[in-house]
Parts: sequence; structure tokens; C-alpha cells
Amino acid sequence: MTHTLTPTADLATDIEDVARLLTPDGERIADPELDRWVADVDAATLRGLYRDMVLLRRIDTEGVALQRQGQLGLWPPCQGQEATQIGTARALRADDFAFPSYRETGVVYARGGKPADFVLAWRGEEHSTYNPYDINTATQQIIIGAQALHAVGYAMGVQRDGTDQVSVAYFGDGASSQGDVNEAMVFASSFRAPVVFVCTNNQWAISEPVTVQAKFPIAGRAPGFGIPSMRVDGNDVLACFAAMRWALDNARRGNGPAFIEAVTYRMGPHTTSDDPTRYRDKEEVEKWRRRDPIARVEALLRSRGEFDEAFVTSVEHDADALAAAVREAATTAKTRDPLTVLDNVYAEPHSGLAEQREWFGAYLDGFAPAAEGVRP
Amino acid sequence: MTQLTMAKAINEGLRRAMADDDKVLVMGEDIGKLGGVFRITDGLLDQFGAQRVVDTPLAEAGIMGTAVGLAFRGYRPVVEIQFDGFVYPAFDQIVCQVAKLHYRTRGNVKMPITIRIPWAGGVGAAEHHSESPEAYFVHTSGLRVIAVSNPQDAYVMLRQAIASDDPVVYFEPKRLYHTKGEVDLDVQLADAPPMGLARVAREGSDVTLLTYGSQVLTALDAATAAEDDGVSIEVIDLRSISPVDYRTVTASVRKTGRVVVTHEAAREAGVGAELVASVTERCFNYLEAAPQRVTGHDIPYPPAKLEKHHLPDLDRILDAVDRVMDRPNSLSGVLD
Repeated sequence: MTHTLTPTADLATDIEDVARLLTPDGERIADPELDRWVADVDAATLRGLYRDMVLLRRIDTEGVALQRQGQLGLWPPCQGQEATQIGTARALRADDFAFPSYRETGVVYARGGKPADFVLAWRGEEHSTYNPYDINTATQQIIIGAQALHAVGYAMGVQRDGTDQVSVAYFGDGASSQGDVNEAMVFASSFRAPVVFVCTNNQWAISEPVTVQAKFPIAGRAPGFGIPSMRVDGNDVLACFAAMRWALDNARRGNGPAFIEAVTYRMGPHTTSDDPTRYRDKEEVEKWRRRDPIARVEALLRSRGEFDEAFVTSVEHDADALAAAVREAATTAKTRDPLTVLDNVYAEPHSGLAEQREWFGAYLDGFAPAAEGVRP
Repeated sequence: MTQLTMAKAINEGLRRAMADDDKVLVMGEDIGKLGGVFRITDGLLDQFGAQRVVDTPLAEAGIMGTAVGLAFRGYRPVVEIQFDGFVYPAFDQIVCQVAKLHYRTRGNVKMPITIRIPWAGGVGAAEHHSESPEAYFVHTSGLRVIAVSNPQDAYVMLRQAIASDDPVVYFEPKRLYHTKGEVDLDVQLADAPPMGLARVAREGSDVTLLTYGSQVLTALDAATAAEDDGVSIEVIDLRSISPVDYRTVTASVRKTGRVVVTHEAAREAGVGAELVASVTERCFNYLEAAPQRVTGHDIPYPPAKLEKHHLPDLDRILDAVDRVMDRPNSLSGVLD
């Protein structure tokens, strides 16, 4: 062999060089690597994935609306990324552990998050609402890429406990440049940790195109760390589901980490504070709209006669109910008592904070009680 | 009681903690076969195996971030940062994750991580090997920060730190590694003074000298020298610099009316600044003189041949004592 290694993959901008099971038109095509991981997927499973994606989109739409109405301080839309989030998260076992980032609303939903869990952090009531151990999912991470190391550490713990659980690190194309993500791959590879890296390449890190992070496909980096990887169509829920099963199986069998790059698109702004018209073309957005992850499953189900009116009605009903619950969680939220801002800084008594609590409590008590019906 | 060096006391502390709780594991660079560059983890690999004594890749953020994940999973990682000046790559994980996860998750996720940092100067080391970064961590809510000064404290406080459900940054002075002292290895942790308590290392009546870690022995030497000069210094070894045991500190200051603080770290926004501000707030009417700080200069750590001019020594401490005693000193006539 030659000892001068040169990149041989296509450019990072090639969005067609992906493993795929569903074309944008909803045609089920064969893939030699992925097929066997979805051999058992029946109509009911497909319908379930469709339903999840529709519900996620409704949560997302509601989040944007609530922000525009002043009920939330911020919302990070995930429209366009439903297949990546639902496909990978639905492949997990309940006792696996996910480490999502702030945009992975769909992962929290799929893991069992409740309506309040989607919105109260963005309303500013809490940093997080759910107990991570209740749904085996860490608090959504805001520091870019930091959670990749947490997932690897968790997987190292799993190894020591001798179970066949797997942890999952979710991060984006921007995070792939972070030291933490690269160090996570070193640790995972060296220790053969049972972890799956899911890199959601949605083409944009706020205003920076993926080409600023990577000249060649991000999936191509993993083998350099000794980690097998797969580049899949992130708008193909079946491909994401299959790739995740491949990666999970690899980890469960003791073969260590695997890496998935899901090539998708952030249809909306980075957050509700962002204005993507300043940095990207409408044509690009429209091109991706024609690759919509939900439409292609609908087309497949229709072609198989599985998209009957009763099903459509039930999904719509569920989506309406969920959206209403999300809205109610946001609009009926009660802000905590001011003194609780000092809670949970430490797990054990702390003399410095005890003193500040005593002072702040007395200070607050110095104000006249709020009049009836007036929020303090 | 057993005569041990501080290095051996820390080693014994790790050994006992690991023997008591199989969730305790140690991780860091060169800590396995080599036993660490200071041999603090000597013998642990043989006794506990590679699953619990983890030689990590050379990536401090990676060590700290994976420790967070292990803590998520219920482990109690003890992380060794090889040298004080190597902690900065891990700073983001410490500040944004280790310190905040318990708060972020409303108490659902605990971070019982102990971060051991071989610390401070006076050992003739190369650049980045003699730093005193403690103020960064003291300023970070969610962390506890302790600094040990003798083998008994090193042993007990390490075990207390590991047993704590909060993250603890544990500073161990490199230049005291080989000082010896009596250690009660069988002490019950519940019977030992809590790690948050300060210790009156020497009683006195004229001046309260506040210090911690590497400066405690220097402070005691200064007190001995001052005695010959007719000045009685009370030396307080803070032990915990976050939180500070102000009950012990203020009791002393109200008795003496004079305060000198000494640490190796630079002065600006250092621990001494916080101590002086807090003591002034609490004891203003008891003070006979403006509190004084005796610290390293506000410079990057100097080359080894010059470090003695940076480190606050006995004479610089006594000079500050002269200032609070209103005796002739280096500032006489300068600031008037």
C-alpha cells in the first residue's frame, strides 16, 4: 500500500452520495447495507414513524408560534430534521441513554418527553424540566459538542457495569469542528466504548455553511479515528432507522463506537432570533422542501394503500391534542418562588450559599405582600 | 498514627476510597503503570485493575467530559490533571458542565467528581508547571475548592472530597509532596473535621494571617520569626477556599484586629481580594489597620531561576505584618 493517504471521498456538498431506502418521491429502493436492518419493518411501524414525524412537526410549529406570541423567549426550529431525529431515536431501547443537543426536540419527544419538557426551558422557567433518569435522556446541551464526551463517558460506565446498553451522542455539523467531539471519538475508539455518534448535518451552523466545517464528508473522518461510519439520507426515516440499528448492534456486540452522518437540512432559522435570508438562497430552501421527510413516507404509505382516512384523521387528532397540550404547558406555567433561584447549586449544605439564602430571604420578606391577584 | 509524606497520604486516601466504594475510579494521564508523574497513584493499577485506574488519552477536556458521563452513570471519578497549567483545556467542561449539571437538572443528576490538581510553584519546574489557578474555580458557583497543607488533611480531605456528592477541586501543593507528618489512616470520616472548616494552625493575638495550601508552612515560619520580634501571629489554614469558613476567620479577626492574607497566586481578583473584602464587610469596626495582601506578582509565572522573587516568602509576609502593626516597613514614606 501507499503510505501517502489522500482524501478520496466526494466533497461535503454532495448531498446525493448517501445511503437511502426511500427516494424523495417515496419509492422504496434497495440498499445492500441497510436492507437487512429494516427487514421486519411493517406497515404499522412505518405508520408509527410517520405519526411521530407529524407530531414532532406540530410541536415545532407550536414552538415557533408560541415564541412569536411572546410565550417563549426563544425556539430552535427543527423542521426538516424529523426523519433524522425520529428515525434514530426510535431505534433505541428504553434503557439506552441519549445525549441530545438543543435542537433535538424530536429525540426528547421519542424518549418520552412531556409537553412541558419541550417548552418550559425555552420560556425561561427552568434550564430543564425532565429528570434525565426518567427517560434515559440527558438535558439538551447548549454548549456545542460538549455532550459527545458525556456520551462516551456514560458508555465507559456501561462497559464497567457489563450491560449491553448503548449511549448516543447527538450533535451537528458545526460541532464536528469542536475539540470535544474529536476527543470523544479518540476516547470512544481507544476504549471501544458502546456509543453511537449521530451527526446531524443540516448544512448550516447558524450562518456558516457546512463547507466551513468540512471540505469532505464528515462521515469520512470517523474511520480515521478507527470508527466505522455511514452517511445516510437524513430525510429518509427508514434509512436513519436502519443505520441506527446497524450502529447500535455494532455497539451491543462489543465492537465499540459507530458514526452516522445524517445529511439533512434546517428548513427554518437557527432560532427564532435568526434571519436566514441574510445568508442563504430561497432556491436552496425550495430544493430541500422537495425532499421533505414526511411527504415521502406519506407517498410510500399511499402507494401501499396504508394511508387511509381513518389513519390520517387519527394522526391529525393526536397532533392537535399534543399541540394544545404544549400550548397549555407554556401559557399556564408558573414562575418559581424567587428564593428557589438558590436551590440545587450544591447537593450538600454549603455555608456560603446558606448565608446568602438567609440574607436574600430576609430581603424578600422586607417587601409588602403582593396585592391579591397581582404577580410579585 | 503513621508517619507519611503528603504524596503517600494522598495515595493512601485514593486506595481507601477505592476499596470502600467500587464506584470510585481514577483517571488521568500516566496514572497507570507509571503511577503518575508524581507517583501519587503508585500501586493502584495492580490493586484495582485497568477498569478503575484509567490511563487516558492526552486530552484534558476529554478526561473531564468523560468523567461527567461516568458520573451520569453513577460513578465517582477522581480525575488527575497532570499539572496545574494543564487544566485549561478542561476548563469549559468544568465550568459549563461539572459545576452546573446539578443546578441545570434541578438536583436530579449529581456530579461527585474530584479534580486533583498538583499545584503551585517552588519546585524549579518548566513553564506551565507551577501555576496557581484556584481563583478561576473559586469564582465558579457549583464547585467546592479545597487546598491541603499537611499529610493528615491531604488524606482525610481527599476522602471527604470523593465521598461528597458535589464536585470538588482538590489542590495539592507540589512542593509539600515530600513533607512528612502523622496520619491517622483509620480515622472515621464522620469524626474528622468537615472539609469546609478552617483550622487555626497557630494561635496568636496581634495579627490574623490567612492562608491555604502551599503557603501554610511559610506562614507558620513567619509567625515563629515574628514571635522573636514580639508580634503574636494567629495563622489560619483555610483548607477550604470555596466556601470559606468565615465563622473561624471573623472570630480571629475580631480578636486581633489586624489581617494579612498570603497566597502564591497573582493579586488581582485573587482569593486574597475576596478574603479582604469579606473580612472588611464583616469586621470593619474591629480593624486597627487596612488588611494587607502578600501574593505573587501580577505576572505570568516566571522562569524557575527567578521564582523565588515571585513567591511570597517569610520576609514579604513579615513586611506586611509590619504594615498592619504600623512599624517601619517597605512602604514607609512611600504611600504617605
